[in-house]
Amino acid sequence: MSNRFSDVATVQSDLRDVHYLADEGIAGVVYLAERLEKPILVEGPAGTGKTQLAKSVSEITGARLIRLQCYEGLDESKALYEWNYKKQLLRIQSERGDEHSWDDVSDDIFSDQFLLTRPLLEAISADDPVVLLIDEVDRLEVETEALLLEILSDYQVSIPELGTIQAKQIPLVFLTSNNTRELSEALKRRCLYLHVDYPDMEREKEIVLTKVPDITENLADQVARVVRSIRQLELKKAPSVSETIDWAKTLILLGVEKIDEQTAADTINILLKYQSDIKKTLKELGSADGVSV
Amino acid sequence: MTVTGHPEGTPPRELGEPLLDLLGGFIVQLRAAGLPVSLTENLDAMEAVKHVPIEDRETFKYALAATLVKHYNHWNAFETVFEVYFSLRGPEYQIGDEAEALELEDDGDEADTDQTGQGNQQGGGGDDLTPEELAEMLYQALMRGDQPMMRGVARQAVKRYAGMEPGRPVGGTYYLYRTLRNLDLDGVLERLLEQDQNEEGEASEFDQRLQRDEYQSRVDQFQKEIESEIRRRLVADRGVEAMAKTLRKPLPEDVDFMHASREEMASLRKAIYPLTRKLASRLQRKRRHGRKGPLDFRRTVRASLSYGGVPAEPKFRNPHPHKPEIFVIADISGSVAAFARFTLHLVYAISGQFSKVRSFVFIDGLDEVTPYFEGVDDINEAVHRVNTEADVVWVDGHSDYGHALGVFWEKYGKDIGPRTSIMILGDARNNYHAAESWIVREMQDKARQVYWLNPEPNSYWDTGDSIVGEYAQYCDGTFEVRNLRQLEAFVENLA
Repeated sequence: MSNRFSDVATVQSDLRDVHYLADEGIAGVVYLAERLEKPILVEGPAGTGKTQLAKSVSEITGARLIRLQCYEGLDESKALYEWNYKKQLLRIQSERGDEHSWDDVSDDIFSDQFLLTRPLLEAISADDPVVLLIDEVDRLEVETEALLLEILSDYQVSIPELGTIQAKQIPLVFLTSNNTRELSEALKRRCLYLHVDYPDMEREKEIVLTKVPDITENLADQVARVVRSIRQLELKKAPSVSETIDWAKTLILLGVEKIDEQTAADTINILLKYQSDIKKTLKELGSADGVSV
Repeated sequence: MTVTGHPEGTPPRELGEPLLDLLGGFIVQLRAAGLPVSLTENLDAMEAVKHVPIEDRETFKYALAATLVKHYNHWNAFETVFEVYFSLRGPEYQIGDEAEALELEDDGDEADTDQTGQGNQQGGGGDDLTPEELAEMLYQALMRGDQPMMRGVARQAVKRYAGMEPGRPVGGTYYLYRTLRNLDLDGVLERLLEQDQNEEGEASEFDQRLQRDEYQSRVDQFQKEIESEIRRRLVADRGVEAMAKTLRKPLPEDVDFMHASREEMASLRKAIYPLTRKLASRLQRKRRHGRKGPLDFRRTVRASLSYGGVPAEPKFRNPHPHKPEIFVIADISGSVAAFARFTLHLVYAISGQFSKVRSFVFIDGLDEVTPYFEGVDDINEAVHRVNTEADVVWVDGHSDYGHALGVFWEKYGKDIGPRTSIMILGDARNNYHAAESWIVREMQDKARQVYWLNPEPNSYWDTGDSIVGEYAQYCDGTFEVRNLRQLEAFVENLA
């Protein structure tokens, strides 16, 4: 497979073309992942664009996105493959009375056409380039994590009845995690690690400018500043990037040109979702004596 | 997407011997700093640097980070090691060119730094400036957020104020303090804000606050410049290995509660929330996947109807979660206060995993503080109230475990039941008062378990006025809990 990116700067500018503003670290890791043919483990707070990164990369590479959403109780038959029992049964029944021997049938029913591919196997066996997104991998149980290991290190799937299926092309793999639990060493070791944090003010402003078409530069700047100030407080849940964008959109709808304390207080529930956080923020950002200006 | 121009992109470089050695040394330093770097990760890093331009420092750094650092908390440690190890190998200084770095002292006689910040890149310019002029430049740089100029001022300030002497065995913090004392950053910040107000007239409190945050972030940035400049000079003076050793800091989960600095405390506080979240979800998971409960007769019969009355599919009750009742009795006298605070924090954050949590704090008197935590969203605030409002001083405000336990036994002893687990937090430094250890024995008789958590290292126990051994004989377990890692492990076992 030929290299898809020539250097880090290309990754960055390509991502920018699809409205994903990657900083140098993000672009660098994507570039490396492609070169080293290694999966990327993306960790970070909710709403910082982890899933979006995988989507954007699939967009710029023109690859198909295959997504596996993880949840507790996910198992082999939903992640890797499953035998199509009904079809196998039909096959056996249709042979009745024929002169075919049992051996023929028993070999036959464990072949490709009776295999239902699930996302992981699909990504491996695809002929066209794919991006595999394994979303919220921290929701898996520790034991189930092991399911992923073979794919992540060797890009292959072993099916006892059928043998080992090798990848026809190396897919770009993204694993995202909200860090609700520590992932196993074995998994981490096989991946490149990327921590996506809240963007700094300049980048956030650019993100707002790209994602909210009608916004003025001035307002975007103010939005980014307010959000930065809020993130510095010790809150239960700091505003995410997507919430920032929602807030900016709301301000546009309301026809606000300059954020003052009153507007901020009226619309803050878009940024913050806990009553205690809202209270604290209003107290901190507002006038010290609690009288609104 | 196929690449235009370079069909194969840049081909991987071969690693020369010096670079291999360099990376090898770097990994040794990382391991020394406590980062778990495995052999495969090491190989990955070697592979990765073949693909990135080594001149591009930032990309180089990210390439190493992506392959070597797999835990967000370890990022800071990585960054410190990286900055020290490669500080003389940055774009300005080619590998091995340390002599040039040392000449830094003398290159100050370049053209005077003008206000646009040109010529400041190499640092050291502007020796002829008076201190007032330097202060003015700092003010201007911060006002405009002019990065090159900030760097220039930082270098000049370090050179002038830090008073660094070659070979002097003091840490960077001393120089940092000396430099900052002369610059008076708080004063500059105030001046910036005043200036702003004069220009824009009456700004609302809200705008002022935003503006303050903006300037604050620039000041922080400036301070970072100073730190990195000091680090650079120290490395030039004393060599990489020595500096990496001096600057080595424990990872957040290994920071000792008793000896944490203010910044370490702040980072501990930040670390504790994600930790509690993780712990809670782990406990919940553990519960759910525990053994099945006893046979549920009613549901089994109901299910048997679809098999014609044959109980083919037995149903079981959900296991009754075993949720202990927790009594936390914490010493909050000066030396161990931080430890008590984190433990209370952790216990309350996962209080959903316990059927009931009650907390008591003492110094020489004892007071129940459970109500402070009830219906409070912000645990920090509750802990603050505990520290300020609880009535814990009886005579002189020196720890008296005997008396405090006595008060507890008298007032609350009757509430201890067979489902109660008691955690006593403290160093058991009793100031030579009476131990009254019979109370702990009585507690153990009534309660399910009694644990003693001691924030002191094991080797200090029973030295001086510490009488933890005397209490320990009546406890079901005595644990050394000096850092978040140990605390987490203990609480997980408890629930």
